[in-house]
Amino acid sequence: MKASVRWLAALLAFLLPLTAAAQQALELDIVGGHAAALPIAVVPMPYQGSGTAPDTDVAAVVAADLNRSGQFRALPQRDLVERPTRGSEVNYPTWRALNQDYLVVGRVLDGGSGSYRVEYELFDVATQNRLIGLAMTARAGAMRDVAHQIADAIYEEILGVPGAFFTRIAYVTATGVGRDAQYALVVADSDGHNPQTVVRSPEPLLSPSWSPDGNHLAYVSFEGGNSEIWIQDISTGSREVVSRFRGINGAPEFSPDGNRLALTLSRSGNPEVYVMDLGSRALTQLTNHFGIDTEPTWSADGGTIYFTSDRGGQPQIYQVPASGGSASRVTFQGTYNASASVSRYGNKLATAQGGGNVFRIAMMDSSLGSPRWSTLSPGSLDESPSFAPNGAMIIYAAREGTRGVLYAVSADGRVRQRLVLADGDVREPAWGPFRTQR
Amino acid sequence: MNSTTRILLAALMCTAAVACSKQVKEEAPPPAQPTPTPTTPAPTTGVYGPEDLDTDACLRQRVVYFDFDQDSLRPEFQSIVACHAKYLRDRPSARMTLEGHADERGSREYNLGLGERRGNSVSAAIQANGGSGSQQTVVSYGEERPTCTASGDDCWAQNRRVEIIYNAR
Repeated sequence: MKASVRWLAALLAFLLPLTAAAQQALELDIVGGHAAALPIAVVPMPYQGSGTAPDTDVAAVVAADLNRSGQFRALPQRDLVERPTRGSEVNYPTWRALNQDYLVVGRVLDGGSGSYRVEYELFDVATQNRLIGLAMTARAGAMRDVAHQIADAIYEEILGVPGAFFTRIAYVTATGVGRDAQYALVVADSDGHNPQTVVRSPEPLLSPSWSPDGNHLAYVSFEGGNSEIWIQDISTGSREVVSRFRGINGAPEFSPDGNRLALTLSRSGNPEVYVMDLGSRALTQLTNHFGIDTEPTWSADGGTIYFTSDRGGQPQIYQVPASGGSASRVTFQGTYNASASVSRYGNKLATAQGGGNVFRIAMMDSSLGSPRWSTLSPGSLDESPSFAPNGAMIIYAAREGTRGVLYAVSADGRVRQRLVLADGDVREPAWGPFRTQR
Repeated sequence: MNSTTRILLAALMCTAAVACSKQVKEEAPPPAQPTPTPTTPAPTTGVYGPEDLDTDACLRQRVVYFDFDQDSLRPEFQSIVACHAKYLRDRPSARMTLEGHADERGSREYNLGLGERRGNSVSAAIQANGGSGSQQTVVSYGEERPTCTASGDDCWAQNRRVEIIYNAR
C-alpha cells in the first residue's frame, strides 16, 4: 500500500469511531444519588488476541448498566489502582481497602472466525469467593449485547432478580410541524444505543406494544386518515393492518402468551376495551359503558386486564377479567390516573398520575397487601410509563421546554436517567421483553 | 353610478371587509376564550352553492373551540353549526369530516377519546340543526395534531378544537 493511502486509512480508522460516537442517540444524565447502592469494581477487560481489538469497552458498558439500575455504584476507572484480568491476579486487600463489595475482571480473546471470546469472573471481596466464571463468544458487532448479558448475569447473581440490560426499547420520534411533520417508530437497546427505524410516516404514530417474543410491534398509525392498528415484524419489516374500524382504533397490547391483542375501539359509539384473538381475528368486548374506556394492559398471568376509564368522572385505572365480567376500580390516589403499566415481577402498577396541570409517574405497590404509592418523577408533563421486564425500572416520556425526552427511573426511585435524541421529540416509550430465554 | 352597481359595490366591500377581518382572526392566535367574528346570516331565500364555502362568512368558519375537559358546545358556536348544517341539507353530495383534537395534558390514548367526544358533539349539533349524519365522519387526532406547541393555557385553548373539513362540496 502506498504511504499516502496508508496514512489516509489510518486517519479514517481514527476518525470513524469518533463519528460513530457523535451519532449516538444517547445522552446519559444520572439524576439523584445512590448512597445505599452496592459498591462494585468493574476492571477494564483488555484485548489479548492477535487481531483487531473490538471497539466496545465491555467493562464500561457493564459498569454503566449497573450504575443505571440504581442498585450498584461502580468504582470510576480512574480509581482502579490495580487491573487484574483473572482470579489469580486478584489482590483482595486492595479491593477491601477501596471498600468494594464485589469485583469483576475479565479479558477479550480471539474466538475464531473473526469473533471474540469474553472471559469474565465475579468475586465477592469479603469472602473471596468466585461467584461467576463464564465465557461468551460474539462477533464484533455484538459486543455491546455481550456486555449487557454480562451485566444481567452479575445483577441476577447478586440481587436474585433477573437483570433487564439485554433488552430493547421502542419509542416514537416526531420532527417538524404541520405539513413537514415526520414520525418514526424506533427500536434501540435499552440504554439508547443502536437505534433502528422500524417505520416512518408523515402521519402520527403512537402506542407501540411489544409481542412477548420481541419479534413484533403493534402500533397505531394515522397513515390511512384515521387511527388504525398495525402489526409489524421488526426484523423483516413486513406489516399488516389488524384493526381498521370506524372510529378510534387504539391502544394495542399483546397478551403475555402473544395469542391475543387487547385494544380500544369506538365502533359501538364510544371507546370500549376489546380483546382480539390474533389467529381468528374474533373480537370480544370487555367493557360496555358510555365513558371512555381505553389503554388496556394485561396482568402477568394474562387473566386480568387493567384499563383507563373516566366512568367515575376523571380517568382512573380499573380492572376486568380478560374473559369478561364486571369492572372494578383499582386506583384511589390522585385525581387522574391513566396509562397503567404492570410489572411482571412483584405486584406493582405504574401510572401517569395527574393533579391539576402537573402529571407525574406514580407507582402503586401491592406486594404487602394494601397498596402503597410512591411518586417516581418530578413532572410536570410526564406520561407513558413502561416497566422493564424485571419490574425494577420504568421508562417514561417527559417534556423539557418544547422537546420530548425519555427518562429511565429505578422502581425504588433512587436513580433517574435522561435519554435525549439528537433532534426532534421523543415519546411513547415501550420496554421490550427479555432477550435471553427464561 | 346606478343602484345595481352601488349594491354590488356595497356587497363587494362587505365581503372584502368580512374576508379581511377573517384573515386577521386567522393570523392572530385567539385569546383563551376564542369567539367567532360576527357573522352574516345564511341566505334565507336561497340554497348554498359550493362557492359559498369560500365566500360565506359563516361557512368560512371551520373551527369550534372547547373548554378544558369539556365536550359541550359553547353557545357562541351555535351559528357556525347552523350554517354548516344548512350547507349539508342544501348539498346532498357534500361530505364533511369533523376532526376532534385535545390539548397535550394527559395520556395520548385518552385524548383520542376526548377528541372524538368533541367531534361527536359538533356532529350531534349539526344533526340537531338538520344536517344528515350520513354526510359526516368523525375522526379523532387526540393531541397528535397541535396547532401550537407551547405549554400553557393560551396554546392549550387553541388545541382544544374540532375542525370542519369538507372532503366533497
